[in-house]
Amino acid sequence: MKREIRKLVAKSVFSMIFVAFTFMAISSVWAEEILVYTALEDDEIPGYLNLLKNSHPDIDVKIVRDSTGIITAKLLAEKDNPQADVVWGTAATSLLVCDQNGMLEGYAPADLEKVRAEFRDSNPTPHWVGIKAWMTGFCVNSFEIKALGIPAPQSYDDLIKPIYKNQVVMPNPASSGTGFLTVSAILQMMGKDKGWAYLDKLHENIVQYTHSGSKPCKLAGSGESAIGISFGYRGIMQKQKGEPVETIFPKEGSGWDVESNALIKKGVIKKSSKIFLDWAISEPVMKEYAKVYPLTAYSTGVAVPEGYPAEPEKQLIKNDLQWAAANRTAILEEWSRRYESKSEPKK
Amino acid sequence: MIKTTIAAIDTEKWIRYTMILMVCIWLAVVVVLPLFQLLSKSVVDLEGNFVGIANFIHYFKTPSLFNSFGNSLFVSVMTTIFSVTLGFLYAYALTRTNLPYKNFFNAIAMMLLFSPTLLNGITLVYLFGRKGLVTLGFFGAIPGWNIELYGPVGIIISEVIFTFPQAVLILSVALRMTDARLYEAADSMGASGFQTFITVTLPGIKYGLLSSVLVCFILAFTDFGAPKVVGGNYNILATDIYKQVIGQQNFIMGAVVSVVLLIPTVIAFIMDRIVQRKQVSMIAAKSVPLQPKINRFKDRLFLIFCGFISLVIMGFFATALFASLVKVWPYNLNLSLDHYNFNRMGGGGYSAFFNSIKMSFYSAVVGTAISFTSAYLIEKSRGMPLMRQAAYFLSILPLALPGLVIGLAYIFFFNTTSWNILGFYLPNPLNSLYGTMAILVLSNVVHFYTVSFLTATTALKQLDREFETVSESMSVPFYKTFFKVTMPVCLPAILEIGIYYFVNSMATVSAVIFLYSADIPLAAVAVANMDDAGDIAPACAMSVLIVLTNVVVRVGYGLVTKGIRARTEKWLSK
Repeated sequence: MKREIRKLVAKSVFSMIFVAFTFMAISSVWAEEILVYTALEDDEIPGYLNLLKNSHPDIDVKIVRDSTGIITAKLLAEKDNPQADVVWGTAATSLLVCDQNGMLEGYAPADLEKVRAEFRDSNPTPHWVGIKAWMTGFCVNSFEIKALGIPAPQSYDDLIKPIYKNQVVMPNPASSGTGFLTVSAILQMMGKDKGWAYLDKLHENIVQYTHSGSKPCKLAGSGESAIGISFGYRGIMQKQKGEPVETIFPKEGSGWDVESNALIKKGVIKKSSKIFLDWAISEPVMKEYAKVYPLTAYSTGVAVPEGYPAEPEKQLIKNDLQWAAANRTAILEEWSRRYESKSEPKK
Repeated sequence: MIKTTIAAIDTEKWIRYTMILMVCIWLAVVVVLPLFQLLSKSVVDLEGNFVGIANFIHYFKTPSLFNSFGNSLFVSVMTTIFSVTLGFLYAYALTRTNLPYKNFFNAIAMMLLFSPTLLNGITLVYLFGRKGLVTLGFFGAIPGWNIELYGPVGIIISEVIFTFPQAVLILSVALRMTDARLYEAADSMGASGFQTFITVTLPGIKYGLLSSVLVCFILAFTDFGAPKVVGGNYNILATDIYKQVIGQQNFIMGAVVSVVLLIPTVIAFIMDRIVQRKQVSMIAAKSVPLQPKINRFKDRLFLIFCGFISLVIMGFFATALFASLVKVWPYNLNLSLDHYNFNRMGGGGYSAFFNSIKMSFYSAVVGTAISFTSAYLIEKSRGMPLMRQAAYFLSILPLALPGLVIGLAYIFFFNTTSWNILGFYLPNPLNSLYGTMAILVLSNVVHFYTVSFLTATTALKQLDREFETVSESMSVPFYKTFFKVTMPVCLPAILEIGIYYFVNSMATVSAVIFLYSADIPLAAVAVANMDDAGDIAPACAMSVLIVLTNVVVRVGYGLVTKGIRARTEKWLSK
């Protein structure tokens, strides 16, 4: 009798395990997993993903986040054996480079017709679609400049003044998208020769080149440097956290780039990837973008967030993304030749 | 009866042979083949065509990269000088003086082993950065002092912090192994204290001294955690690899820099081996352990020295803890746990932390089992001298491999789906490990293998061979002896190895940063990622969690094993 009961218990345990496994197998089919590469900021991603979870609980998103340059390098390195399904919020110049390598699959997400022309690839079935623009902003620590007795720099021209010697931190353009768009803006505004001459002078004032575009602003926020060349969103967020940073948009205009999405060309293109791309420019999430970024792919009626210029379009320089993409490698090579070889600490 | 015994011995022999063979194969697969793959990648171009040493020529022609080589040498040599000097004085105090609270002083120094090297850099920023405690003179309480942290100064200080405990460890062992009779002789010949030091003490520990020099040099030369934080624009080889591989995904150039990195490391390794071999004959059976004489002045001097160093170390950890709790350094010094909420941070937050604990636990179990068993087979078997020597050499080899090199070699080796050998495609059966927990554990097992293996070997050497001979003659199978005698007797050493694996796996970034995947974030890697994003306070908070975990594990281990040790070490005391 006892043995019978034992058998029965064993059987039921086994069948329960079996059922559990079956459920797991089924649910894993239901929730299709996609691998998303993104260069969006760490502190903005969770908010957006919450929206996704509410409206599309069936999509399981695995996020790989890093600075723009790293994501670009990763995508290029995996060219022959692509891992990512989707790229989300990564510089258009980087996606253009990927596109030149034939790595992107055309896809027209729902609501595409709303997107401004300069925020999308011009192909009828676009290879990339933008979500928002981000632009150069100087993060200036108001305590520190006061203590140092120097005024806040208002323009690129100000930044190379000798009074800012060893007071400026800047992102390395090879790894940081913000770094690259700033260097590209300087070269486009001033022309090649004057641009590099300007960067040479700027180099004299730089204490440190950082890995990411947000680090200069965070260093400025903690007083580790007086001024950080960074981007608008970062400065405004650090101020909200209680750090004494003011964000200054340079007088000559800000360099900018479009954070964009793309579908990666690979053997199996998952249905969820396309749903994700539809969602990523849909109105609810676009409104979320607009709460912290003044320029989104289409207007959502959300007011320009505090801290930005009232007319953000006017702050943007005339920027040729195609030129930037085509010259990206050459610019980065020239940049590291000029500034990374001077590895001796400056006196 | 006799026949069956012989048969049993025979099968036993074969089992042992097979097992030693397996040790060799295992080490060949996890050490030699990946290394070979790395070397072969350094001589091909991006398309995979053989280009000979063209990559190296390119490397040495790129001024920025070539400068790094000189910079790396400079900071490592400086680190070694400081570390070994301080380590020697500290170890001397612990072994040759009547210093009170020796256990405490030893524990404090060893605590530095628990922290990721990134924390050394981060804490230095909070102490000596522009807004550092010391730079600001504790927020204006005393005059500030600016040491110009970013650059070689910062790197050297953090590497000294990193290598100091290693120097203390090696030198205390060396200082302990001295023959008191030499000192008696010197004393009776009327030698002064200084003369004795020059003619007896120094020659006695010269091997340990060399060993500590080489170990400190290798560690400082290959670490990239601290330089990443406080290096400023001062480039060194280890950060170059990081930039090439992580920043530009240029794996070929990463391989080239790795090979360049390996050159001094391998030279140091070979020198260390030569030195170690000579040392074996140093201690005679008749040696008498030295009892330090009471010398009020000397003892007090060393108490001040050790007290000062301990204060510095405690201050260092206190700063890290404080900085992780301060709301907005240096503007709002209210305390809060905000930075311990990693929700809006990169790196994976608490799931990364728990993954690290899991990984470290697996590494401890697997690493201890493998290193101890291998040491046993190599030490306690007879015959097959060639194969045992080969296995021994392979076991020592990982010591020469920096974590960065292991990580990169593993990418190349495990990410290959198949090899083309003379036109035949050989699929890689280990490819499925890529991107899993298993490869992380494996990299740790190999990274910390040699020290564990040597600890096990030392413990096994203390065990008389008689046990084996007797059980053999009584035809007790060797595995019974192993489980009933060898293992229980060596239990303290085994547990020590386990802890060593655990704490190091918790703190290391160098190998795993290349190998972790998006689903398995790790705590120490999260520290690196948060630092890259500029989130220094949360990076500091995560490091504090790592250190605390290691302290808890270590202390817990001490308490739990007290009983076990008392029981198993009974046989030692007469």
